[in-house]
Amino acid sequence: MLANRIIPCLDVDNGRVVKGINFVDIRDAGDPVEQARTYDAEGADELVFLDITATHEDRDIMHDVVRRTADEVFIPLTVGGGLRSVDDMRAMLQAGADKVAINSAAVNDPALISRGADAFGNQCIVVAIDAKRVQENPPAWEVFVHGGRKETGIDALEWAEEAEARGAGELLVTSMDRDGTKDGYDLALLDAITRRVRIPVIASGGAGTLDHLREGLVKGGASAVLAASIFHFQEYSVPEAKQHLRDAGLPVRPPSDEWIDRYARTDG
Amino acid sequence: MITIIDYGIGNLRSIEKAFERIGAAVQRTDDAATIADAERLVLPGVGAFGACIDEIRSRNLESVILDRVDDGVPFLGVCVGMQLLFERGLEKGSHQGLGLLEGDVVHFHRADGEADDLKVPHMGWNTLQPTRPHPLLEGLDNESYVYFVHSYHARAANDDVLATTRYGHAFPAVVQRDHVYGVQFHPEKSQASGLRILENFARIPSPVPS
Repeated sequence: MLANRIIPCLDVDNGRVVKGINFVDIRDAGDPVEQARTYDAEGADELVFLDITATHEDRDIMHDVVRRTADEVFIPLTVGGGLRSVDDMRAMLQAGADKVAINSAAVNDPALISRGADAFGNQCIVVAIDAKRVQENPPAWEVFVHGGRKETGIDALEWAEEAEARGAGELLVTSMDRDGTKDGYDLALLDAITRRVRIPVIASGGAGTLDHLREGLVKGGASAVLAASIFHFQEYSVPEAKQHLRDAGLPVRPPSDEWIDRYARTDG
Repeated sequence: MITIIDYGIGNLRSIEKAFERIGAAVQRTDDAATIADAERLVLPGVGAFGACIDEIRSRNLESVILDRVDDGVPFLGVCVGMQLLFERGLEKGSHQGLGLLEGDVVHFHRADGEADDLKVPHMGWNTLQPTRPHPLLEGLDNESYVYFVHSYHARAANDDVLATTRYGHAFPAVVQRDHVYGVQFHPEKSQASGLRILENFARIPSPVPS
């Protein structure tokens, strides 16, 4: 049975984690590679790196971070932030990313989705949608870009459908209203989008408790839940999150003892 | 020595690193002479079936691959590389595969009418249900999770299926006939379970000295 995925997200600025776990037992908590290894050992199902500066000078540093992570961590890695062209995507995939997430660039140039999908396959292309509620009854959401600072006038549900039609393999849907609040995902937004598309949707923005993760999957219809702060500040661990979902009757992938015993690198 | 056939499709760094992690010697090549001498071969693949097989043929690698399989070396197809083992792929038209296994490759939605509400790609961790014990699956339990990402799957002869996975319906996740193997998932992204399968593959006897 397909497991529900739990995906920690790391914000990376100039090669350093700026919002990450405060693990006491890792050598360098600011090193994205170290954090990725820790999450991998804990049983995270995938990882997302969000390059929050993503200037051109910074790009080579991110490629190096991705390369070193992909050499260490044998779970899927998605990288987003500042990718504007098929060449940008190719360089990130060549560095070792399994998927690339595009946001503002896809809104500015929707054909970028299909160019990416044609070049690398739909499965590589994640379209990230930052949505803000602009109407209550009936609810409606608008797409925002540039880190949620700029409105576009585009209806989020229509954009989700267009992204799918143009070849996105997955959607990463973030509620701008809930992001950082710990009030839970915007379940109405997730439900509206997951009913509208036939590609997997990752829920993002607002998870503050383990039950929020369950709600995103069960009530929002998401295939995966992205969480940053609830793991970074060690309020909850990935194994606790999985146990909570398992107790609620949802299939999850158990952490592997064999990874630790047989394959994990032990030199640091 | 594991030889990964590098025909210009996708990033092979992860699978190379996965073999290195289990202690295997590994090389990537698109050189026909190197493939002709390989001790064991891995055929990766991402994207569309037709694009992959076209790329193999345009590099004149099909006959050298088939000849080396005839020599009896262990051969592993991964993801689309597994799909290429079959006779025919029905993705964006109909494409002739390598024909090492009987069957074709079809879309999840078109494979049976009941699957139309499935989210496709089938993306994420799902369990393997082995159909019989086999050295390739040694050390895995009956519910081992591996990482899938694909919109098409094989329809294979029952005798060739080593493990199935259920997504809407059961489909072949691991196939084998003689020394030809295929895995629909990504072992290089399947953490311990995936590395175990690669390790098992690296141990399958080859008629060619390493």
